[in-house]
Amino acid sequence: MADIALPPQDISVVEGSYLENIGKHKGLAAWLLSTDHKRIGIMYTVMLFSFFSVGVVLGILLRLEMISPGGKLFPPEVYNALFTLHGVIMIFLFVIPGIPVTLGNFFLPLQIGAKDVAFPRLNLFSFYLYVIGSAVILTALFVNGLPDTGWTFYVPYSLRTTTGVTVAVFGVFIVGFSSILTGINFLTTIHRLRAPGMTWFKMPLFVWALYATSWVQIIATPVLAITLLLIVISRIFGIGIFSAAAGGDPVLYQHLFWIYSHPAVYIMILPPMGIVSEIIATFTRRTIFGYKAIAMSSLAIAFIGYLVWGHHMFVAGMSQQADMIFSFLTFIVAIPSGIKVFNWVASMYKGSIDPQPPFLFVMAFMVLFSIGGLSGLVLGSLATDVHLTATYFVVAHFHYIIFGGGVFIFFGALHYWLPKMFGRMYNKKIASWDILVMFIGFNLLYFPMFIMGYEGMPRRYFTYLPQFETLQHISIVGSWILVAGLIVMFVNLIHGAIKGPRVGPNPWGGTTLEWKTSSPPTHENFEEEPVVIHEPYYHEEALTR
Amino acid sequence: MEQQTLTEHKGAPTSYGIYVLIWLALMALTAITAVVAGINLAAFTLVIALLIALVKSSLVVNVFMHVKYEDKIFKIFVAIAGGVLSVIFLLTFADVYFRR
Repeated sequence: MADIALPPQDISVVEGSYLENIGKHKGLAAWLLSTDHKRIGIMYTVMLFSFFSVGVVLGILLRLEMISPGGKLFPPEVYNALFTLHGVIMIFLFVIPGIPVTLGNFFLPLQIGAKDVAFPRLNLFSFYLYVIGSAVILTALFVNGLPDTGWTFYVPYSLRTTTGVTVAVFGVFIVGFSSILTGINFLTTIHRLRAPGMTWFKMPLFVWALYATSWVQIIATPVLAITLLLIVISRIFGIGIFSAAAGGDPVLYQHLFWIYSHPAVYIMILPPMGIVSEIIATFTRRTIFGYKAIAMSSLAIAFIGYLVWGHHMFVAGMSQQADMIFSFLTFIVAIPSGIKVFNWVASMYKGSIDPQPPFLFVMAFMVLFSIGGLSGLVLGSLATDVHLTATYFVVAHFHYIIFGGGVFIFFGALHYWLPKMFGRMYNKKIASWDILVMFIGFNLLYFPMFIMGYEGMPRRYFTYLPQFETLQHISIVGSWILVAGLIVMFVNLIHGAIKGPRVGPNPWGGTTLEWKTSSPPTHENFEEEPVVIHEPYYHEEALTR
Repeated sequence: MEQQTLTEHKGAPTSYGIYVLIWLALMALTAITAVVAGINLAAFTLVIALLIALVKSSLVVNVFMHVKYEDKIFKIFVAIAGGVLSVIFLLTFADVYFRR
C-alpha cells in the first residue's frame, strides 16, 4: 500500500521543472521577479551563503589576530570592527534567516502538498526586504568608521560611539521585518494549504519545526524592532530611556534585546532539529520514535524559550531574585531538548541504518549539539556563570550550538535535499570524508576555547596572556582545517548541482511528500494534488521486517 | 481536508459612527495617560498607564483590526501573543521590583 495516493505520472521527466523559465521574463529577471517559492528559496540560499563566506573570512581574520600575543596583525579598533561585523553578518544575515527562508521556502509547500506558500508575492517582498536590510547593514561599514559595539549593540556604548551604529541598527530593523513576514507566510501556509488528508499529526516534523519557528518570528521579532528603534531615537533625539543619568535604565536595554535574541536562538535551532528528524527517519528506514513528543517539544521549546532571556544578564546588574528565576527556567528548557535527543536515538534503535552523508552530518550534530547543550547548563548555573561569563567558554558554547548544531544540519540538509532541488547528485564519497575533516577542524577550533575560557581568557580581546598561546595556535590550525573542509564541501555541492549524475525522484527512499514528485520539481510542484493516507514516516518495508 | 480560499473575508458589521466613537475614546484615554503621568501616584502611575494601554489596544485589536468579528482561531492567535507579552512584562517587572 502506498502512503499517498498520486495519479500516475512520469516523474522521471525533467522537462517543465522550476529551473526552466516560463512567463514573459527571461534570464536573471525570470529569477529576480519570480514568486515561485522554490526559486525564492534558491535566491535566499545564494545570498545567505555569500554572507556566510564573508562571515567565515572575518572569523578567520579574528583567529589569525591571535597568532601571537599583542595583536600584531590588526590594531584594536579594527579587531573590534571585525568581531562586530562577524557577529552581525553571521547572526542577522545568516543563521536567523537561515534554514526557514532557504530550505523552508523550498520544501514547506512540497512537504505539505501545496503549490506554493500562502502569499507568494509577500514572499518575494520579504526577500527584497532582506536584500535591502543587508545592504543597509553593510553600508554601515562606510559611515563614520567601522561599527565596534559587538553584535549586541549594548548601551551605553552604542549610544555614545561615533561609529555607524545608527545605520547598522536600522539595517537589522529592516531585516527583522523580512523575518516577521516570512513567519506570517509560513504560519498561514501550514494552517491553510495542507493537502487533503494531512492532519496536524500527519505533518512532517520539519513542518512542525517551521510552525514553531514562525510563532517565534512573529511574536519576538517586533520586540527587537522596537528596541533598535529606541536606540536610533535615543541617538538622534537624545531621549534617555536607556541612560541612567537621564532617569532611564541601561539594564532595560539588555532585557529588551534578549527578549528577542534568546528566542532567536530557537529560530536558529528549531528548524535544524526538524531536519534531524527527517534525515533519521529516511536513513534508518524507520518511523520516528515519539513523533508526537518531538512535535510538541518544538512548541514547548518555542514557548519556554521566551522565558529564559535573563540568563544572558546574570552579571548585568539584575536582581538576585530575577537571576534565580531565570536560572531555574533555563534548566526547564533543557527538558524538551532532551526529549528530542532521546527520541532520535530511540528511532535509530534496530533501524536499517544507511550511513549516507546527510546521516553522517546528523551523527556529527549529535556529538556537537550535546557538548554545546551540556556546556549551556554550566552557563545557566548562577555560580559558574559568574566565573565564565564573557569568556571564551561562552564563545565555544555558542558556536557548538549554532555552528555545530544548526549550521552542520544546514549543510546536512543541503546534502539531503540537493538531489531533489537540482535532480543531480554530488560525490558522496568526497562528502563523507569531508564531514570527518570538518568535524576534526571544528573541534580543534572551538574545544580549546572551553579550556581557555575556563582559565579566564576573556572574549573580544585583541591580545592575550602568553599562557594561552599553545591553545590559541591549536584553535587557529583548527580554523584552517575547517575552512578547507568548507571549501571542498561547497565545490562538491555546486559541482554536483550543475554537473553531477542525474538521479530519480527519490534517491534516498524518503517517505515524505517532496519525494513523491519529480527531481527537480515542476513549477506547480505536483501534477495533481496529493492525498495523504499514512503518517509521514511510513516505511512499508519496515513493517515486513 | 477542504481548503479555504485566502481571499474570503467577512464584512465587518461596524458603522462609521462606532469607528468615530472608538477614535474619540482612544484620544480621551491618551489624554488621561498624559495627565496621570504628571500626577505623583508612585508605583500606581505605571499600573494605571498599563491598564489604559490595555484598554486602548483591546479597542484597536477588536474593532479596527476586526478580531471581534473573526473566527475563533484568530482570537486564539491574538490571545497567545498577548499571553506571551504578559509573561514577558511580568518577568521584566520582577527584576525591576526586586532591584529596589
